Amino acid sequence: MITIIDYNAGNIRSVLRACKEVGADAKTTSDPKAVAKASKIIFPGVGAATSAMEYLKKTGLDVALKDAFEAGVPILGICLGAQIVLESSEEGPMKCLGLVAGKTVRFKLKDKTLKIPHMGWNEVKVVKHHPLLDSIKAGDEFYFVHSFYPRPAENENIYAVTDYGGNFCCALGYKNLFATQFHPEKSGRLGLALLERFRGWEGK
Amino acid sequence: MLSKRLIVCLDVRGGKLAKSIRFVDTKDIGDPVAKARQYYEDGADEIVFYDITASREKRDIMIDLVEKAASQIFIPFSVGGNIRSVADATKLRNAGAEKVNVNTAAVKRKELITEIAQAVGSQSTVLSMDVRRVSPTPKIPSGYEIVINGGVTPTGIDALWWAKEGERLGAGELVINSIDVDGTKDGYELKLTRLIADAVGIPVIASGGAGKPEHLYDVLTEGHADAALVASIVHYGEYTCRQIKDYRHKRGRKIRKSY
Repeated sequence: MITIIDYNAGNIRSVLRACKEVGADAKTTSDPKAVAKASKIIFPGVGAATSAMEYLKKTGLDVALKDAFEAGVPILGICLGAQIVLESSEEGPMKCLGLVAGKTVRFKLKDKTLKIPHMGWNEVKVVKHHPLLDSIKAGDEFYFVHSFYPRPAENENIYAVTDYGGNFCCALGYKNLFATQFHPEKSGRLGLALLERFRGWEGK
Repeated sequence: MLSKRLIVCLDVRGGKLAKSIRFVDTKDIGDPVAKARQYYEDGADEIVFYDITASREKRDIMIDLVEKAASQIFIPFSVGGNIRSVADATKLRNAGAEKVNVNTAAVKRKELITEIAQAVGSQSTVLSMDVRRVSPTPKIPSGYEIVINGGVTPTGIDALWWAKEGERLGAGELVINSIDVDGTKDGYELKLTRLIADAVGIPVIASGGAGKPEHLYDVLTEGHADAALVASIVHYGEYTCRQIKDYRHKRGRKIRKSY
């Protein structure tokens, strides 16, 4: 069973539908107790980091998620969920979850023809082996919508990069946590393949 | 770099797929959900449902349809037609649409763009505009005028001004539909598309006039569009999404090929 955390940050039903499409048993919850019992977690999210963090703290979901991470539960972060697992964000002064060392930063693009948000299909280049990225080949594209991106402090936590006025980290991993800036639930067959791999991933 | 996008538009009336020619004489041509799934598998980068149902009573059919389609297609999915309020927009969003398109109602009350952008985010707020060529006047210096109510009512509003205003008000994307070329299959309105694409900082989707893959190639290069919308050339089986994409790819331009 995959537990999808619903913390009032965007449309999570698309993640639920994509899980069903790959045959995964999944449910959404905003109850920290349900998160504490989860055997596998997807932490999605679209929108502002500040209000998301406030909501997580207010509900106790922040602690539940940290505990699950410490307990070795496999976690997949998506988009905003790949950003606020780091320690801080340029979006605001608040502390983020701090599951992985690093900071979320805003695109600073020299090329003024490039638009923000970075929205559309772009290539995901795998730079380090990870079981969740196994099916990705050179040239494979995924769907992005974001103005900020995660910047892990350690290069070893960066698993894939995407070029948008320079390479940025689009997939990060640390222990039983893996997170993508792109949306596997909106990236067609390739995205579904990633979710299918997550379904079978033991977090190692 | 981002790939340019191929967007397939399905005009839906009372739950059925319809296709219009020059904005009049619509005829029904099939089940929109099955078609959407087919285009998704064939490599469309995005799907748009445009509700051309005249009566408000039938709007619930659309919500149901959006929900069904959202469980069949795992790429961005956009819905438009008759969206007049934040409630309309959030209802469609909750049913599974990533993006909502506003058109006539935004011309009548432009604050609607800002309200929807605040509710669902700019990245999910698309301003769709129907445009016709006119002789330039002091009021319409660009020579392109906004028309509403499905392309039949002139407004006296300059399309270039409206595009920039839409961006300022919070739209995250623009659809530029030329009613002069819609349904003609003679190619997109390159001059209009480029004029607007060069004037705004948000993505521009060209619409109207696609007849062959070359037309898409032209509007995505010369026309400076970020995406091109197609309807009848794929609905009637003249071309597949794959053929359109292969054409662009063969001419050395970036397009998503792995699907």
